[in-house]
Amino acid sequence: MTGNRGARPLVFGLVLAALVAAFVGLETWRDRVYGEPAPGDSVLYVRSGEALRRMSLSFAPLMADVYWVRAVQYYGGTRLSTSPTKRYDLLYPLLDIATALDPHFNIAYRFGSIFLAESYPGGAGRADLAIALLEKGVRADPTKWRYLQDIGFVYYWWVGDYIQAAAWFKKAADVPGAPWWLRSLAAVTLTQGGDRRSSRVLWQSLRDTADNEWVRNNAGLRLSQLDALDAIDQLMVVVAGFKARTGQNPASWDTLVRARMLRGVPLDPTGVPYVLDPTTGTVTVGAASALNPLPTGAQANRPAR
Amino acid sequence: MVLSAIALSVFRESVRDRIFYNLLLFAVLLVAASVLIGQMTAGQDVKIIKDLGLAATSLFGLFIAVFVGIGLVWKEVERRSVYSLIAKPVRRTELVLGKYLGLAFTLLVNVLVMAVVLYLLLAFMHWSSPENLRAAWEAPATDPALLKAFLLIYVQLLLVTAIALFFSTFAGPLVSMALTFGFYVIGHFNADLKHFDAVVTSAPLVWVLRALYYLLPNLAPFDITAQVVHGQAVPSGYLLMTIGYAAVYIAFLLAAAAHIFARRDLK
Repeated sequence: MTGNRGARPLVFGLVLAALVAAFVGLETWRDRVYGEPAPGDSVLYVRSGEALRRMSLSFAPLMADVYWVRAVQYYGGTRLSTSPTKRYDLLYPLLDIATALDPHFNIAYRFGSIFLAESYPGGAGRADLAIALLEKGVRADPTKWRYLQDIGFVYYWWVGDYIQAAAWFKKAADVPGAPWWLRSLAAVTLTQGGDRRSSRVLWQSLRDTADNEWVRNNAGLRLSQLDALDAIDQLMVVVAGFKARTGQNPASWDTLVRARMLRGVPLDPTGVPYVLDPTTGTVTVGAASALNPLPTGAQANRPAR
Repeated sequence: MVLSAIALSVFRESVRDRIFYNLLLFAVLLVAASVLIGQMTAGQDVKIIKDLGLAATSLFGLFIAVFVGIGLVWKEVERRSVYSLIAKPVRRTELVLGKYLGLAFTLLVNVLVMAVVLYLLLAFMHWSSPENLRAAWEAPATDPALLKAFLLIYVQLLLVTAIALFFSTFAGPLVSMALTFGFYVIGHFNADLKHFDAVVTSAPLVWVLRALYYLLPNLAPFDITAQVVHGQAVPSGYLLMTIGYAAVYIAFLLAAAAHIFARRDLK
């Protein structure tokens, strides 16, 4: 009897282990036969930030964090997606909820506006929503001159409306405690808006006053892109000079080096060689460069006058 | 002397019931979250760890306050151990107060240990973060102002415990639990009661709702997590008035609980 009683836990343990093995095996088998369940599209069951804030009781700040993490993951996941039909439909609602749950969520306004304004497919391409999010931040905390500066920046860089940009920089400058250079930034934007030099001033000011490493790095990247655009302009002049001399575009950088028009293969600020298209004579950054894609249209701006 | 003896026995029972296992869960949750959050969010890990630590302190404390609070008196009656207690020179009022103080002490230990664990983790995050990253934080990682949030969480838990104890003196455990959780939820909504005149036209109803606003416990002011985490000032006067409100409300609930329990027929 004692022997039987001693064996009982062992038998019970074996039965449990067998059951675990059975359900794991069944699941693996089912997945193999019918395929793993596809992850569903992101869904927002509750879209009202105010309703969620009330439902969160005293846990609203934590819920805001949850929605912020969801927004970051959603943005990152969509950005990395290779689907040609990818969309950022939930990005603004997620950010709107995060900031409704925590109206002083500084980084959700600032990063969120960058995610929203960035042109598609790198971002949602919704400058209007970026501005709406930042304006919400201003309503929550009218002393945050950075939000006003960011609105001006969105108008400058993504909308190409330099008059509006200058107006917002001036509003930011009017906030007590705002740095003195915002006023000169407003003036420069108004007089030289669309000039690559004023873009450089804007990005430098963002980089130097960034309260976050990510914002600082992003501004650094944009400055490098402006450097690359300047370098490309100079290289195009060299290519045009070669064509004027020989009647055809250079076949490669080596052609220009041999013609003593360049000292070596030109590299972009990240160390990746520029790419020369011998058929059109155009120059751009390499596909492997972190600067790719370079800004276009209003963002590329004209060279400094 | 009697009060402290009863309180101590409640504390010992909490230890015996392995209530403090929640501290281990809390520590594991925070450490695991700090590792995960660093990967998942854009440089907001300190803010999120603060939010998470304070929310977990509040939530774990709430469960202890409710589940242990409703059993303080009810278990004694159910196990009939109350007869041996009231046969001794112990007044029923002392029994109620002693039980309350015992759970208050248990919650104090719980909140204190959680605060220490959170500060240790935040100190590590401070130490392991470069200077430029620290400069971007809205408030220092080991901001002493966090203690204000812990203080109000603790006081709120004391109030919830008093509510649970109050209900447990005349209702069964399920009803007490439902009512306590109900009051907790209403306590975070009742500011709406004050402004119902915006949606209700009946003047008497507006007055009834406004009266409810003042009568029901208002728990929303105890939540200062957002202010503390964003480095905003929480005036000492606000803290004192909120604590004073809780103290008076707790006194009212304990007096009512003691009164009801003293008159209760335990045969």
